[in-house]
Amino acid sequence: MALESTVKNMFVSLTVICLVCSALLGGAYAITKDAIAQADVNKQNEAIARVVPEFDNVPSQEMFEVELDGKNYTVYPASLSGETVGYAINTSATGFSGSVVIMVGITADGMIFNTVPVSHAETPGLGAKISEEGNAFVEQFRGLDPSSVVLKVKKDGGDIDAITASTITSRAYTAAVETAWKVFNKIKEM
Amino acid sequence: MGKMKVILNGLIKENPTFVLLLGMCPTLGTTTSAINGMGMGLATMCVLILSNMAISAIARFIPDKVRIPCYIVVIATFVTIVQLLMQAFLPSLYETLGLFIPLIVVNCIVLGRAEAYANKHGVIDSACDGIGIGLGFTFALTILGLVREILGSGSVFGMKFISGDGMLAFILAPGAFIVLGYLIVVFRRLTAKIKL
Repeated sequence: MALESTVKNMFVSLTVICLVCSALLGGAYAITKDAIAQADVNKQNEAIARVVPEFDNVPSQEMFEVELDGKNYTVYPASLSGETVGYAINTSATGFSGSVVIMVGITADGMIFNTVPVSHAETPGLGAKISEEGNAFVEQFRGLDPSSVVLKVKKDGGDIDAITASTITSRAYTAAVETAWKVFNKIKEM
Repeated sequence: MGKMKVILNGLIKENPTFVLLLGMCPTLGTTTSAINGMGMGLATMCVLILSNMAISAIARFIPDKVRIPCYIVVIATFVTIVQLLMQAFLPSLYETLGLFIPLIVVNCIVLGRAEAYANKHGVIDSACDGIGIGLGFTFALTILGLVREILGSGSVFGMKFISGDGMLAFILAPGAFIVLGYLIVVFRRLTAKIKL
């Protein structure tokens, strides 16, 4: 049966268990660190490839930062045979629970090519619908000309259809797209 | 008790969700769809089997007064290792389940089984108990998720059979309580006659 609960026994057993567990955790972290970093990079590259037209450079190597209203946004330029075809812009906005991080692709002539959610913690079944493949909410941004529409959900007097019962998530996503559009205009001015 | 009986015990007589009513937080929170419920159930089952085995192996070296902190450290370690491995080698699964994995640490089923079963039984029996309770939890969460998904979004395992939205209340918290209540009634009615 269990060891007697003397101070010495309690101290020793707890210390040993904690040491063994931290060693195991350290080991697991060391093994998985590179793979996790690699998975993140892959995810980022995949998102870039989906939001800009065909390109032949490596956008993640040519990335630069643009400052807008005191915040820095990462921009990945995509080019085909030396000519810039579009920018993948990483932006975020506060959603229902935490940040909604998205990648917005804007072509060189100022049209939204596509947008994809990168990470978020929205309610499964509601706000998390933005991650569903081919959902109508994200699809409506495809090919949109931001200079001719109001990038706000209809409830706020804009032109974007929100997801039913997920206005806050839709608002955040739309706001992030709008931020990307502002960043794009700043790039054009530079 | 035979191994099969230990497993069936967890699945029916001591079903963690429908009979013991343990681990309600992940049960209600994650079952917005059948696939989410199933993923949460299977992840919990992995941790449950591992922690049951580890705890039954070390239980006799742990003084009674510090057993709870020791169990929690062991459980948290397994959960974190499972999370890291999943993040590294199964990123797409991690995408859907990532949010729920840390919740397993606070799932009282895992600690409950360590305290009620694993520290009094052998390693093999404890593993069987982990499988049984894990299967019972997975079964309950999948059914609960399935019913909520059918009523709330009109789809089965992600395949839609109606256009538009379902009854939204079933995706939200109230629907979880309502469906769980009815499922407990049905489960108890059906298993009332089964003697184990």
